[in-house]
Amino acid sequence: MAKKKISLLKEFTKGLWDENPVLVMLLGLCPTLAVTSSAINGLAMGLAVLFTLTASSTIISSVRKIIPKEVRIPTFIIVIATFVTITDKSMAAFQPILHKSLGAFIPLIVVNCVILGRQEAFASKNNVGRSIVDALGMSVGFTITLTVLGAIRELLGAGTIFSLQLMPDSFVPWMVMILPPGAFITLGLMIGATNWINARRER
Amino acid sequence: MEESKQNNQEEQKPKLEKPAAKPKPKSKPKPDQTFILSSSPHQVKTDDVKTVMKHVNMALLPAIVASVVYFGFRSLFMILTAVISCVLTEIVINKMRGKQFREGSAIVTGILLAMTLPPTLHLGFVVMGSVFAIAIGKQIFGGLGYNIFNPALLARAFLQASFPVRMTTWTNPSTLDAVTTATPLGGLKFENIVSPYFDMLIGNCGGCIGETSALLIIVGGVYLLIKKYADWRIPVSYLGSVVIFGTIFWLINPGQYPDPLYHLFSGGLMLGAFFMATDMVTSPVTPKGSWIFGIGAGFLLVIIRLFGGLPEGVMYSILLMNAFTPLINRFTRPKFFGEVKK
Repeated sequence: MAKKKISLLKEFTKGLWDENPVLVMLLGLCPTLAVTSSAINGLAMGLAVLFTLTASSTIISSVRKIIPKEVRIPTFIIVIATFVTITDKSMAAFQPILHKSLGAFIPLIVVNCVILGRQEAFASKNNVGRSIVDALGMSVGFTITLTVLGAIRELLGAGTIFSLQLMPDSFVPWMVMILPPGAFITLGLMIGATNWINARRER
Repeated sequence: MEESKQNNQEEQKPKLEKPAAKPKPKSKPKPDQTFILSSSPHQVKTDDVKTVMKHVNMALLPAIVASVVYFGFRSLFMILTAVISCVLTEIVINKMRGKQFREGSAIVTGILLAMTLPPTLHLGFVVMGSVFAIAIGKQIFGGLGYNIFNPALLARAFLQASFPVRMTTWTNPSTLDAVTTATPLGGLKFENIVSPYFDMLIGNCGGCIGETSALLIIVGGVYLLIKKYADWRIPVSYLGSVVIFGTIFWLINPGQYPDPLYHLFSGGLMLGAFFMATDMVTSPVTPKGSWIFGIGAGFLLVIIRLFGGLPEGVMYSILLMNAFTPLINRFTRPKFFGEVKK
């Protein structure tokens, strides 16, 4: 294991851009496309993932040495499912309207590849501190991406961001941006822009 | 000068090879190319994308005239707006990509897009649709020859999904902008009004600016077919299958379903069959594939018109078949001479 030690800061920032879970690794696309019809939905989804990912990464990395290799995936899933249930129930209790608009996608965080992927690729191989930093970086990257995606779609599809009227009254909302095609078009353009910027930076 | 420019356009090659599967009109070889010692092909073709687009534009003229006659000069403004914004978008994106194309396909896209828009649409939406057609519909895929979907139809689908009310506000040609009216298909579907055949044939009915006059579109379309810039199999199979499937449903229940002639002359079927479905880039290159493409589109059209939520289905039927085109091409590849089936 001749692994190069990278600084904690790098561990955090890689999730924001270089290994952004949505724009670069293309993980967790199902909630990304489905719930981002408004900025607040994207933010809520991102925060739910942030809590779940950080908590499960902490648990998994602290017990990583006693998990038998053969049953590691079921173990991960059980830990993740526990935290998803906590998220789901507390959201239903404290933010019933938001919970309703996110619908089935909160329970579906269990099968979100970002979370399972981080457990398999990182938390099960690194110590607790690093895993928490990694999980925070990844989920902050996820949250920012979803919020931006939701904001763009909300701005063009309804003329608002976080329900704040930003467009002039004469603006006619582009309905398509709130519908599924809008999610695909916007996400595609965002991924394209990411690749374009990265290609420029390399040059 | 012009020649050297043409030679520089190496990038056009993929596009140029595609239509080559379809027969091209004979053209005179240039004097200095008459005696070339080389292996086949010996016939030197001077046709390029530019010529094809020029002829398509000419074929669209009768329909443009019809749109001006029925909907006034506003329709001309709409067409001009669409063409100018399409060309500008094309130029800007080509600059960004560092490429140089001057084949004029953006003009065709602009005209076709404008013709599928309702006469009352605000010019701002026309610009938006044009930018979408060129940027998202064509250039994102890599430019002309690489796009999966017909850019004009894709932009129309975008506008239709974005602004459903504005995209379905029709005016009556004879009384002009004051009164809103229904298209023949919309009237039949939602209000049970049957439009007279003669009005639909000459175009005196509600609809998008370029789609109403079936007769003048046929004139332009037949010109394209005679000049062989469009594959005759696609319109024939498309219209033919609409007639066949329309007849089947009409015979089942004449009271509920319209007769095949009504299908033929209403809505954007003629425009779609002659100018949209025959787009060389997004339709199959093989003869057998063209038949499958047309029949599939006709079947989808009848299904959408009779059982869908929308009165008109030309746009979606062609877009759906566009998506199948690569698959059709793959399964209808002609056999080499002497090839043995594995």
